[in-house]
Amino acid sequence: MAELLQFVFSGLTVGAIYALVALGFTLIYKASDIINFAQGEFVMLGGMTTVFVTLAGVSLPLAALIAIIVTTAIGLALHRFAIEPARGASPVALIMITIGASIFLRGVAQIIFDRRFHSLPSLFGGDPIKFGGAAILPQSLVVLASAMVIVTLLWLFIDRTLLGKAVIATAANRLAARLIGVDTRRIVDFSFAVSAAIGAIAGVLITPIALTSYDVGTLLALKGFAAAMLGGIGSALGAVVGGLLIGLFEAFAAGYLSSNYKDAVAFLIILVVLVSIPQGLFGRAKIERV
Amino acid sequence: MPPLQRFTVTTVIGFIALFAAVHLASAQIKIGSVLSVSGPASFLGDPEKKTLEIYVEEINAKGGVNGQKLQLIVYDDGGSADNARTFATRLVEEDKIAAMVGGSTTGSTLAMIPVFEDAKIPFISLAGAIQIIQPVRPWVFKTPHTDKMACEKIFADLKSRNLTTIALISGTDAFGKSMRDQCVSVAPNAGINIATEESYGPRDSDMTPQLTNIRNKAGVLAVVNPGFGQGPAIVTRNYRQLGITLPLYQSHGVASKQFIELAGPAAEGVRLPAAALLIADKLPANDPQKPVVVDYSRSYQQKTGQAVSTFGGHAYDGLMILVQAMQRAKSADKAKVRDEIERTKGYIGTGGIVNMSPTDHMGLDLSAFHMLEIKGGDWTLVPGT
Repeated sequence: MAELLQFVFSGLTVGAIYALVALGFTLIYKASDIINFAQGEFVMLGGMTTVFVTLAGVSLPLAALIAIIVTTAIGLALHRFAIEPARGASPVALIMITIGASIFLRGVAQIIFDRRFHSLPSLFGGDPIKFGGAAILPQSLVVLASAMVIVTLLWLFIDRTLLGKAVIATAANRLAARLIGVDTRRIVDFSFAVSAAIGAIAGVLITPIALTSYDVGTLLALKGFAAAMLGGIGSALGAVVGGLLIGLFEAFAAGYLSSNYKDAVAFLIILVVLVSIPQGLFGRAKIERV
Repeated sequence: MPPLQRFTVTTVIGFIALFAAVHLASAQIKIGSVLSVSGPASFLGDPEKKTLEIYVEEINAKGGVNGQKLQLIVYDDGGSADNARTFATRLVEEDKIAAMVGGSTTGSTLAMIPVFEDAKIPFISLAGAIQIIQPVRPWVFKTPHTDKMACEKIFADLKSRNLTTIALISGTDAFGKSMRDQCVSVAPNAGINIATEESYGPRDSDMTPQLTNIRNKAGVLAVVNPGFGQGPAIVTRNYRQLGITLPLYQSHGVASKQFIELAGPAAEGVRLPAAALLIADKLPANDPQKPVVVDYSRSYQQKTGQAVSTFGGHAYDGLMILVQAMQRAKSADKAKVRDEIERTKGYIGTGGIVNMSPTDHMGLDLSAFHMLEIKGGDWTLVPGT
C-alpha cells in the first residue's frame, strides 16, 4: 500500500511538471492554431534567468519576477519578429519557425548562461511530507497547486472576459474578428506573452525538483506537448489532466513493470488513447462547415 | 600548358613543398590534436585544448624538447567521429605530425585509431573506454582511468565494509550504461552480489518509484549509482526523501563540487571514487601526486580563470608522457618515441602514477582513485584509500 502511494506521489510530482509545461501550449494554440515548440525554452529561460539573477545577489522572489518579465518580453519578441512577419504562411511553416526559435534560444542560453546544471532552493524547505509510509516534497504540492490556479485563471479569462472572447474570435476566424473590431495582432501578441509567462512560472517552480540547464527545454516541451495532446490541445483543464496522467503512467510503469520501458509504456498508452479519441480527452472535435 | 611543362611545374612545386617540410621539421616538432572543443562534448574538449596550449607554450618558453620547439596543431571535431577521422587524415598527410595527443571522446578515438596505426604515429588518447587499449594496439595509448576501475574501487570499499549484497540504479545515458555494464561484469570477481537493478532516463525528474523497489528488496546492504549529469543528484535527493538509510555510492562521473551543490544536504554521507586532481588541497602532504596536482590546478586557474576538471588533467598527462618519452628517446623519431612511451615508469601525473608496459598502454592501477565521503558539504578522504 505504501508502495502504491509512493508511486502516486511520484506520478503527481512528475505529472504536475508536465501539466505546467502543457498549459503554456494552450493559449497560443487557442489564439493562432500554432503549436509553439519554443515553449520548453520559455520554461528553461524562467529557471535559468532566476538562477543567474539570484547568483548576482538578488532575492529569490524578485529574481523570479525579473525572470518572468524577461521571458514574457522574449515571448513577445518571438511573435513580433518571427511569427508575425510570416503570418500568411501555413500553420506547419509557423510551427517550424517555432522549432527554429527553440534551437536559437537554446544556443543563445548556452552562451549567455553556461552549460552546467543548476538548482534553486525550494520555497517551503526540502523536508519531505510523510504520509502513509510514502513521502512527497512540499515543492511538488506547490507545482500542483500552481497548475490548478493557472487553469482556473485561464478559464475565468477565456470564458468571463471580453478579451478572452476576442481570443476565441481570433482563433475562429481572423478576418471576421478583425471586421468586428478585434485587433487580432494584439490578441496573438498577448497570447504569446501570457504563454511565455506561464512557461517562465513553470521554470521557476520546477527547478527545485527537476533542476535546470540550457537544454532542459527540449524534453520538457516533448512531454508537455504529449500531455496537451492527450488532454485535448487548446483545453487548459485537458493539459493538466493529460500531464498528471502521463506522470502517473510513467511512475506506475517504473514501479510495477520495468524502469527501462517506462517512457515506452507511457507513450504507448498515449497512442492508444489518441487512436480511440483523436481530439484528446477534453478536446472538442473540429467541425468544418463547407 | 603542354604536358612536359606541366610536369616540370608540378615537380618544382613538389620539391619546394618537400624542402619546406624538411626545413620546418628540423626546426619544430609537430604535435597534432583533434578535440571536441565545441558541440555536446565541449566540456571535455575545451579544457583539454586550453591545457595543451598552456603547456606547449610553457615548454617552448623553457627551450622546447631536445632543443626543438613544439608546434601544436589542434582541430575541433565538434563531437563528431566522422570529422575526427577526416582531421586525423589531414594531420598525417598534410601536417605530417610526429605524434598525436587527443581524441576527447571514445567515439572519435576509435574512429581515428586506424589512421594512426597505418601511419605508425604514436597516439595518446584522452578518452575513457577500455576498448581503446584492449586489445593492445602498438601505437595507441591513453591517459584517463576507466569505468571498470571505478567499479572495482567502489567494490573494494564495499567489500572492506562487508556490504556485499547491493542494488544498482543507473542512468540510461552512454556513461551510465557503459559503467553499469563494467560493474556487472566485475562484480562476481570482486565478491559482490547485485541483488536488483533499476534504471532511469538521463532527463528524469523523479526516481522514487525505482528507489521504492530497491528499498523493498530484502537483503540489499548498499546502493551504487553509475551516472552522469543531473540524474545522480536527483537520485540522491529522492534517496533521502524516502528515508533510505543504506550507504549510497556515486561514481567518478559526478566528482565535482556541482554535485554537492545540486544534491544539497542529501549528499551527506555519500561515497564516491575520484581522481586526486579534484581534491588537490585535501591530499596529505606526503602524497606523491600532491605537487603535480596542486601545480596544475594553480596554473590552469591562473591562465583560464576557470576551475580545473579531470579532463584537462588527462591532456596534461598525455602531453607530459609524450614529451618525457621524446626526451628519453633524444629525438622525435616516431618508432623510438613509441618505444619510450611504452617504457614510461613511475610518471606522476594528475590521473595517477603511470607504469606502462607492452601489455598495458594505460598504466594506472586502483591507487589512481581516492575514495571520498561527503561530510559537511565538502569532500573528505576515506582513510586507508
